[in-house]
Amino acid sequence: MSVDTLFSPLWLSVQLAGVTTVLLMIIATPVAWWLAQTSSRWKPFVQATVALPIVLPPTVIGFYLLIVLGPAGAIGSWWVEMTGSALTFSFTGLVIASCLYSLPFAVQPLVVAFESLGRPNLEAAWTLGANRMDAFFSVALPLSMRGYLGAVVLSFAHTLGEFGVVLMVGGNIPGETRVISIAIYDQVESLNYSAAHQLSALLLVVAFIALFAMFFINRRWQQR
Amino acid sequence: MNAANDIRIRYALQRDNFTLDVDLELPLRGITGVFGPSGAGKTSLLRCIAGLENPASGKLVVAGDTWQDSSSGAWRAVHERDVGYVFQEPRLFAHLNVRGNIEYGTRRRQHDGAADVDHVIAMLGLEQLLGRKPDELSGGEAQRVAIARALLCAPRFVLMDEPLASLDQARKDEILPFLDRLHAEAEVPIVYVSHNIDEICRLCDHLLVMDAGRVVADGSLQSVLVQMDIPALGGQQAGSVIQGNVRDYDEGDDLTHLQFSGGELWVPGKAKIDGSPLRLRIRANDVSLCRARPLQSTILNIVPAVVEEIQPDRGPSTLVRLVLGQDRIVARVTRRSIRELKLKTGDAIFAQIKSVAVKPSNS
Repeated sequence: MSVDTLFSPLWLSVQLAGVTTVLLMIIATPVAWWLAQTSSRWKPFVQATVALPIVLPPTVIGFYLLIVLGPAGAIGSWWVEMTGSALTFSFTGLVIASCLYSLPFAVQPLVVAFESLGRPNLEAAWTLGANRMDAFFSVALPLSMRGYLGAVVLSFAHTLGEFGVVLMVGGNIPGETRVISIAIYDQVESLNYSAAHQLSALLLVVAFIALFAMFFINRRWQQR
Repeated sequence: MNAANDIRIRYALQRDNFTLDVDLELPLRGITGVFGPSGAGKTSLLRCIAGLENPASGKLVVAGDTWQDSSSGAWRAVHERDVGYVFQEPRLFAHLNVRGNIEYGTRRRQHDGAADVDHVIAMLGLEQLLGRKPDELSGGEAQRVAIARALLCAPRFVLMDEPLASLDQARKDEILPFLDRLHAEAEVPIVYVSHNIDEICRLCDHLLVMDAGRVVADGSLQSVLVQMDIPALGGQQAGSVIQGNVRDYDEGDDLTHLQFSGGELWVPGKAKIDGSPLRLRIRANDVSLCRARPLQSTILNIVPAVVEEIQPDRGPSTLVRLVLGQDRIVARVTRRSIRELKLKTGDAIFAQIKSVAVKPSNS
């Protein structure tokens, strides 16, 4: 097995997880902030929607995404019109799917962090002359760093291990959508166990390092 | 009162089982105490002034500037109200050190005066703490930082909501001298909420008494304390405050000789002699009354007085307001004593004052 066939799927997975994680932090922050602050009657509705990907089998999410993102789907047809290429079976499509799939893993740690931060710190910031936006960036954000650490690592790791949704939406195009989990499945299907072993071990190590780093940093922050 | 120099407040706030209904003016100078039992609406009043609560109906005018007016829809957000706020808990930002916490306010608010940062840091004794993180501070130290932070955000006035309530007596004793100094320097007006009458008597010039969401008394500290018809100021809380000047100090007996408008008093210890008047607190429980001057008594302070008013208090007690020269004090005696001595308004008697608390002078 060549180095490229081993590392290309891993690199693609890391790229996908990285882009997804960055986007998720931007998307999840206002959602989590709203959930932590609101007493709106829409809160349970949003909570249930955000949590759905935890409960649903990835194939169900993948199936609906395939329909919506497909060239005939609502978003997919618009995308084809705008860019000339299809969303399904593309890296961009995978990013969109991954964001949805990993959303609860980004939102939940942030909600916990924002809730534990509470109003008292924000009130103090306001009385010291900070407007809402300022108070968020100068007080809420730095005090929620552990929540962000958890959200980043969980989103990254969860996207890294994604399989069902990728298979439905992205297929198996080398360099475009053949992420490491798909590659492993592929090798097992063709009874190429040694390659499957190498890929699996690689993913195991990467996942372990990511989680270890989170708990290690978390401990350092706790002691500080 | 001059409109440019006060805070005019009118609020009507209705919550589940709580009503705030006030219409008052607070002076923008010295320290104004807000006293009352818990649940009286003291904290709600402060939160409304700071803009942390938005009552359905309210008007707030500070030194002529309208900060809110529900009839016209005017509303200044919290961060636009130049008011400092000291909460019951320090609420320091855990990710910033002491200096960072103090600069949080100074960087966001325009300073009009000179850089008095160093002065306030020195006044509150924070020089050694500037590099520390909030979790490395004691409760008293953290609250001192919170006070400095509020004072230095260039406020028109500072709201303090029971800043000592969450501290034990030792920590309170650590902070009170700093508040005394703040009072003596009187640079920024303070509205000081407390349910501790001793703190109020020690720190405040003006007193507002609240009960069940309403203002029940409002005036100078001395005048409100001797009103006697305010339930919140009855019982163990009853007492009065007068001013006295130091005459001399008896080193042998360790007593200070004071002069006040109604005569002379001896107080234990050595008071600082700098010519400025001392604030003397006399609890109503420490005052007893005699028809004739007692000839042989262990009580040092026996002064002639005239009964001005007699008012029933809780249980077997009665409050008696006495005039001593220009000053008024309150005595708390039993109903039976009143009857047996046949005390009535206008009687000339003698007041025995068992103990006088002198406000530590360090100005």
